[in-house]
Amino acid sequence: MSKRARALFLGLFSPMILCLVAGGAIAEEATWNSLNMPEGVTEVSQAAYDIHMIMIWICTVIGVAVFGFMFYVMFAHRKSKGVTPANFHENLTVEILWTIVPALILIVMAVPATTALLKVYDTENPDIDIKVTGYQWKWQYEYIGEGVKFMSELRTPQDEIYGRAPKGEHYLREVTEPLVIPTNKKVRFLITGNDVIHSWWVPDFAVKRDAIPGLFTAAWAKTDQAGIYVGECTELCGKGHAFMPIVVEVKEEAEYDQWLAAKKEEAVIYQSTIGKEWTDAELMAKGESVYAISCAGCHQAKGEGIPGVFPGLVDSSIVTGPVEDHIGILINGVAGSAMQSFADQLSEVDIAAVIHYKRNSWGNEMGDTVQPIDILNYKQTQ
Amino acid sequence: MAHGPSESFFSRWLFSTNHKDIGTLYLWFSFAMFLLGGAFAMVIRAELFQPGMQLIEPEFFNQMTTMHGLVMVFGAIMPAFVGLANWMIPMMIGAPDMALPRMNNLSFWILPFAFAILVATLFMEGGGPNFGWTFYAPLSTTYAPDTVNYFIFGVHIMGASSIMGSINIIATVINMRAPGMTYMKMPLFVWTWVITAFLLVAVMPVLAGAVTMMLMDINFGTSFFDAAGGGDPVLFQHVFWFFGHPEVYIIILPAFGVVSQIIPTFSRKPLFGYSSMVYATASIAFLSFIVWAHHMFTVGMPIAGELYFMYATMLIAVPTGVKVFNWVTTMYKGALTFETPMLFSIAFVILFTFGGFTGMMLSIAAADTQYHDTYFVVAHFHYVMVAGAVFSGTAAVYYWLPKWCGRMYDETMGKVQFWIAFIAFNITFMPQHFLGLAGMPRRYADYGLQFADWNMVSSVGAFMYGGAQLLFLFNVIRTIGWGKPIDDPKVWEGAEGLEWTLPTPAPFHTFSTPPVLK
Ligand code: HEC
Ligand code: HEM
Ligand SMILES: [Cu+2]
Ligand SMILES: [Cu+2]
Repeated sequence: MSKRARALFLGLFSPMILCLVAGGAIAEEATWNSLNMPEGVTEVSQAAYDIHMIMIWICTVIGVAVFGFMFYVMFAHRKSKGVTPANFHENLTVEILWTIVPALILIVMAVPATTALLKVYDTENPDIDIKVTGYQWKWQYEYIGEGVKFMSELRTPQDEIYGRAPKGEHYLREVTEPLVIPTNKKVRFLITGNDVIHSWWVPDFAVKRDAIPGLFTAAWAKTDQAGIYVGECTELCGKGHAFMPIVVEVKEEAEYDQWLAAKKEEAVIYQSTIGKEWTDAELMAKGESVYAISCAGCHQAKGEGIPGVFPGLVDSSIVTGPVEDHIGILINGVAGSAMQSFADQLSEVDIAAVIHYKRNSWGNEMGDTVQPIDILNYKQTQ
Repeated sequence: MAHGPSESFFSRWLFSTNHKDIGTLYLWFSFAMFLLGGAFAMVIRAELFQPGMQLIEPEFFNQMTTMHGLVMVFGAIMPAFVGLANWMIPMMIGAPDMALPRMNNLSFWILPFAFAILVATLFMEGGGPNFGWTFYAPLSTTYAPDTVNYFIFGVHIMGASSIMGSINIIATVINMRAPGMTYMKMPLFVWTWVITAFLLVAVMPVLAGAVTMMLMDINFGTSFFDAAGGGDPVLFQHVFWFFGHPEVYIIILPAFGVVSQIIPTFSRKPLFGYSSMVYATASIAFLSFIVWAHHMFTVGMPIAGELYFMYATMLIAVPTGVKVFNWVTTMYKGALTFETPMLFSIAFVILFTFGGFTGMMLSIAAADTQYHDTYFVVAHFHYVMVAGAVFSGTAAVYYWLPKWCGRMYDETMGKVQFWIAFIAFNITFMPQHFLGLAGMPRRYADYGLQFADWNMVSSVGAFMYGGAQLLFLFNVIRTIGWGKPIDDPKVWEGAEGLEWTLPTPAPFHTFSTPPVLK
């Protein structure tokens, strides 16, 4: 390379190096060292990790051999050393050899690859079944046969996402309510989607299964290590794709039982609040938070919507029309559109509150109240 | 017979039926798309420079990832190799032109319209396609913006263009070879292209079928992909990947061809294992039809299916390995020099092999449970598509440009471009392996703090890589306008083949009378 070239080279690279150094210095807690797949805490994740490492080593050995030979050739057989080129261009023996040997390596690799896959598929005879449903952009967990069901969505405030507030330690890794499972029990996840395809991934369990509307996929986990494990949605599902994390809390069995009992009781108590008369202030407060979590993602913070994609809710003929139609939209959704049914996602209280809130905010002044019991009645007349 | 190009600029380029002019059109179009797709990538990497949403909204981020993928695959890489095929195949097999010159004109000129339509959607109400270049239903049907209809129309036009281009190549190679140019004497670039053309003719209609089913679901009330109406969203993925996996080989096979021309030239030694190269290419093409569901290891296939697709995918490593070994052995005991095309070709062999390694890892279904849809996959396919297809395309331009225009490019600038591209490429994509393994999913507009460092590195690398392309553009324009004139027909000391028997620069019409082959 000429002098000029070298100068150009340095000129281009030094800002980059500076940038990197500066970047490293700014990042408070350096994360350079997270380079590899986690071993995780289940038999399946261990199997995935093991086969991953086997593959890495096989590739490393082949790579060192091939690239090593290549570099030797590039060094030794260059024209500048005055070599005269050979003229051979065929050798049946080596060609057969380098077809057969890789094939044999593959056959050897197929054995652990198969055993590992069998583990992934070993979903029979679970102790606990949990239905996992992907929604745009949150997860719902239902403990089958226990009557316990809840939504789990991102808890990180918009202000942190948009840089108006410093990012917390658990940025994008915190949810309103984590999934809770016990240690030492085989938990089977039955995974499905409500709208588009999502994918439920918890790296430490090596569980990743697509959440497909109309179908169920199955995966399982059993671990003896209590703790908190974080996962992600891994199938592009719209604009909130990066904002629907998964948090699983593994509790010791006794603790889990307590937790489950408390959840069941909560469900019973909730039933009694449906019939109660809610005040305007209570409904507005509740509605505001439900709206921010469940609706603002599409209809925007002040109900202004996004033209051509999500309708605005200010002066909308539905929002300012008869209550019945409005409840209908939330309970049934609008077929063939992103407006899903919220009947399963939100409680009667939540639905009543959010409708009430919309009808009396952002310049909408309907002045009426919508009570949870109205929602229940609507559901029952269907 | 010996008439030159039309005098008027418009009639020369608009109505051209000359394989060289059409090749040039394809190449410039492809480079323009490469810069556009690159601009989208810069937007993506700028947003991902730090955690948090800084520059754009997630909605627009999704449009950027989708458009980046579509423009790069269908607008940049595929037309680049069609352009090279147009220029080189007739010259390599001793034909006066392509077999179907008028269709050649049409197959090029519908492309700009396809992309104009596609890009225009970005400015329409609802925005451009935002469902990923793999456009899985129902995100791309029920939940898509209305502009999806333009997207479908655009894909149809691109498909028609590719099919016409391929038929032309097949017809040319079957019918127009000079006497004595038997199939097993054809240069490898020609071989890889015929095989690619057959792949294209086979799978483009499948893609057309997929988007047509989408169109029906969206506008005419069918439910091919809608579970509520008795359809199946997974069906979409099967149809898509039945196109999609051969598509990745459509992208890489011509690149194999290019490298198989360049490495012997600069090793001053014939290609090692010519016939095994041909057979390996054909077996890769065959295998590419029977492995598609390795992209769907997490959709919950029955285990028998999953095992089958795993074994079949692992098999691809065998013919791919044969190719790599042949290239390396071609260099062995040669007399190597390292001009820019050779540098790019060697980098191709190394980095493509690296991408092949991660490909083998991905083929292990149990491990793919962890890799799938993370940055690990993004790293894998950029090693094979950028360091593979794009590097080899760049090598091809440097290799043949002197032949095309009779002027030599600036070697120093070429080498500087190479080293920046090589280093920047690795700074961009090597860390993405780590990100993926550490758990960062792909197509994420924002990420947790644990991924911050490597994302910053990756973004810095991406900007450098983008810069290197401007240097490339500059070098090519400088060569065409002001490069040192040359007239040696061989251009390169070690070059072999019919194209190098022609005068430099290559005249407008060549081989009007067939050459004589020994
Ligand atoms: C995933 C995006 C999304 C979410 C989340 C969402 N909506 Fe909608 N909503 C839509 C779309 C799209 C429409 C338009 C449906 C149509 O008519 O095609 C709509 C329509 C509506 C309408 C009818 C408006 C009109 O004028 O036609 C109301 C009312 C409504 N939504 C309320 C809500 C409420 C309340 C919530 C929260 C509990 C909510 N939406 C959450 C996407 C969403
Ligand atoms: C040894 C050869 C190869 C093997 C075994 C292989 C294997 C795989 C596998 C299993 C996947 C799916 C990963 C996942 O989504 O979880 C994948 C993805 C991909 N591969 Fe390869 N691959 C090989 C070579 C190539 C080549 C040559 C190209 C293109 C030039 C390519 C392009 C891609 C692309 C674009 C994707 C991602 C598609 C997407 O999801 O958007 N691969 N590869
Ligand atoms: Cu998602
Ligand atoms: Cu594939």
